[in-house]
Amino acid sequence: MSEKILYSYSALFDTPDKIIHAAKTVAEKGFKKFDVNTPYPVHGMDKAMKLTKSKIGWVTLVFGLTGTLTAVTMMGWMMAVDYPIVIGGKPYFGLPGFGPIMFELSVLFGAVITVVALLMFFLKLPNNSHPVHDTEYMKNVSSDKYGILIEATDPKFNKNEVEALFQELGAEKILPIYFDEEEISFKPKIFDKKFIGFLVIVAAITSLSVYGTMNKVLYMIPFSWMSEQGKSIPQETSKVFKNGSDMLPPVKGTVARGYLPYRFKGQPDKAAELLVNPLLPTEENLALGKTKFNIYCSPCHGYLADGKSRLNGNFPAPPTLHSNKVRNWTDGRIYHVIMEGQNVMPSYAHQLSEKERWAVINYIRVLQRSFNAKESDLL
Amino acid sequence: MSNNEFTQELSVIEGKPSLRSLDEIISKPLDTKPDKKYYIALGVTLTMLTIGAVALAYSFYYGIGLWGNNNPVGWAWPIVNFVFWIGIGHAGTLISAILFLFRQKWRTGIARFAEGMTIFAVITAMIFPIIHTGRPWVAAVYLLPYPSQHSLWVNFYSPLLWDVFAVSTYFTVSFTFWYVGLIPDFASLRDRTKSKVKKIIYSITSLGWRHSNRHWRHYEMVYLILAGLATPLVLSVHTVVSFDFAVAQLPGWHSTIFPPYFVAGAVFSGFAMVQNVLIFIRKIFNYEHIITLDTLEKMNKIILLTGSMVGYAYTMEFFIAWYSGVPTEMFTFVNRAFGDYSWAYWIMFSCNVFIPQLFWFKKIRRTIPIMFVIAVFVNVGMWFERFVITVTSLSRDFLPSSWAYFKPTIVDGALLLGSFGLFFTLVLLFTKSLPVISIAEVKGVVDGSQPSHGEH
Repeated sequence: MSEKILYSYSALFDTPDKIIHAAKTVAEKGFKKFDVNTPYPVHGMDKAMKLTKSKIGWVTLVFGLTGTLTAVTMMGWMMAVDYPIVIGGKPYFGLPGFGPIMFELSVLFGAVITVVALLMFFLKLPNNSHPVHDTEYMKNVSSDKYGILIEATDPKFNKNEVEALFQELGAEKILPIYFDEEEISFKPKIFDKKFIGFLVIVAAITSLSVYGTMNKVLYMIPFSWMSEQGKSIPQETSKVFKNGSDMLPPVKGTVARGYLPYRFKGQPDKAAELLVNPLLPTEENLALGKTKFNIYCSPCHGYLADGKSRLNGNFPAPPTLHSNKVRNWTDGRIYHVIMEGQNVMPSYAHQLSEKERWAVINYIRVLQRSFNAKESDLL
Repeated sequence: MSNNEFTQELSVIEGKPSLRSLDEIISKPLDTKPDKKYYIALGVTLTMLTIGAVALAYSFYYGIGLWGNNNPVGWAWPIVNFVFWIGIGHAGTLISAILFLFRQKWRTGIARFAEGMTIFAVITAMIFPIIHTGRPWVAAVYLLPYPSQHSLWVNFYSPLLWDVFAVSTYFTVSFTFWYVGLIPDFASLRDRTKSKVKKIIYSITSLGWRHSNRHWRHYEMVYLILAGLATPLVLSVHTVVSFDFAVAQLPGWHSTIFPPYFVAGAVFSGFAMVQNVLIFIRKIFNYEHIITLDTLEKMNKIILLTGSMVGYAYTMEFFIAWYSGVPTEMFTFVNRAFGDYSWAYWIMFSCNVFIPQLFWFKKIRRTIPIMFVIAVFVNVGMWFERFVITVTSLSRDFLPSSWAYFKPTIVDGALLLGSFGLFFTLVLLFTKSLPVISIAEVKGVVDGSQPSHGEH
């Protein structure tokens, strides 16, 4: 067992009053390298130990303002210099809009850097190899006792005097604290084989997982930038139907809306017999019939259906609709002509809907009547 | 000892426990094996969490079309849940920072726990806006200003981006604050544990703290500074969250009352949640003398105060809508109270405004079962507040042609359940892994722990 090196003499006290008194006395005696350890901050201890006020606030001020400045510079450069875009008519460099982030970054920088500065520079932590660690003294002051210690390197330190002083102050227990063997011959273990091996393993796992994520995982569903969208793509086989298409042909005999096939193809007599005009000659229906007649029929038959039209002479003359033949036709027979055409006249089935055809027929009847008006019609 | 009793305040810790007994009782949950009840509770919360996780996996795979969000109501539940959880998080910082600045000693018993809840609530909250983008693995990067191949930057005029900065700053600072508070406690645990593994863990986490007064001197200053920084921060976070709404032009959102109204609401719901959980903690771990009935009563007073502020905001919104003379604004508020969502509005109004008024009675403030129920109602009400704000305004905007009724789906419900699961799982793990009461702070406020005035 080699000789132990003394770090300090320490004393434990029972009450906060005693420790304040002890700290005051020790400070007044001119000791410099002494410390008080208490389980919680005891009020008035700084004054008793003659400690000045902590200056760490300056760190917060400086780095808080650094945060503000960082925020303004960053946002100003990005929004007004590097890629200026007008957003909502606001100026490129708009301080009010920058306000919230300026504030947040000030707080962030101020708080985090203050804590880092506190731990690393003001308290010189982490430090788990201080001589007081794992001593009886430490175990007591971190629970319910109040301790004071005077370091052996203090110029005024004298074993016996210090012991006597503590006794006089009413110490409950007086304990010497020695350096651990390990703490004296402490060497950083950074180049330890185990530590380097650990680093290598961490590096390998990190690089493998980053490589895997960037090159494999991100190309898998659902991470694959929406490459899989569950929609049908032209020219590609689909799994929706057995024949490899996304849509089926319509069932046999399917009829499109409004396109019922004409029942009396090539059967004018049957049409004349069986088709009945469903429309009444109301004002509305006649107006519709008139519009459609003037558009589709009048170019050949004339506005009055008398065959005197603007196309007269360019074609075989279209017949008048006031002939006895047409006047005696049923509505169904005229309907048949509109559907199938007659001689030079083509089918008008595509130009006129079913309702419009009947409306046109009603209008033709009106024109016919007007050419053959009776006296009673004048009333 | 001379003790000049005439200047003594009423103690916030009952019965003058010895310092060592405080060590023992606070570190007991960490030293003992969890009992059956703990595992049952953990089983329940983990089940909830799993349900949420499955729903989330479904949403990732099939897309967020599984949620009820429709065309006008694009924000819906994810944002409702986000604002709700961020709000829960506000109580922690309020207790640890603002009450610290006001020198409210009763906060010491509950500060650590409330701060922990802040952190868990913010974690829970942060999930929602990110998953709402549908592709969180991409969105998480796009939210930050980084030099991308598009050479385009994020829009710094957008309140949504302010939110990114506000919430992440809030999380970082809260976590730092929490950790700084834990350092002396880790040191106390390190010195009393008998397990070798724990000793190593606590040695690392305590950073070799020595309880030295030369350290306390800086430490206390930093604690004060952090409290000073966290106070405006906590107010700013919910202000920025409210900007997400208030900066938009939508009727019912475009209003200057939003920042204070949101902050009051956040503190309101946060205190209710902290009160709920603490009632269990103090009973289960026998902390009745540390988290005293007086403390709970004071929390109830704050719930009453903030609840009345929220109630004032609700009524003032109606006045401003009428006073503004804007027809769409007036319609929005009439629609809130009497329209399709009037059921949600009246749940909100009764839970947040009427029920907390019971706290005017001292007897109710001090009866644990009743105050528990009231606080549960407050949380229900505050969830509905966010629902009412988000959904009613969106579903009935300027153009009647784009109106639509919002209906949540089962996946929405599973995600909400999962968020509660996550939060309470974290809370449960916290109670068994860290001291839920700040040992150093509580020791400092026990009777006789500070030197008597006569001595100096």
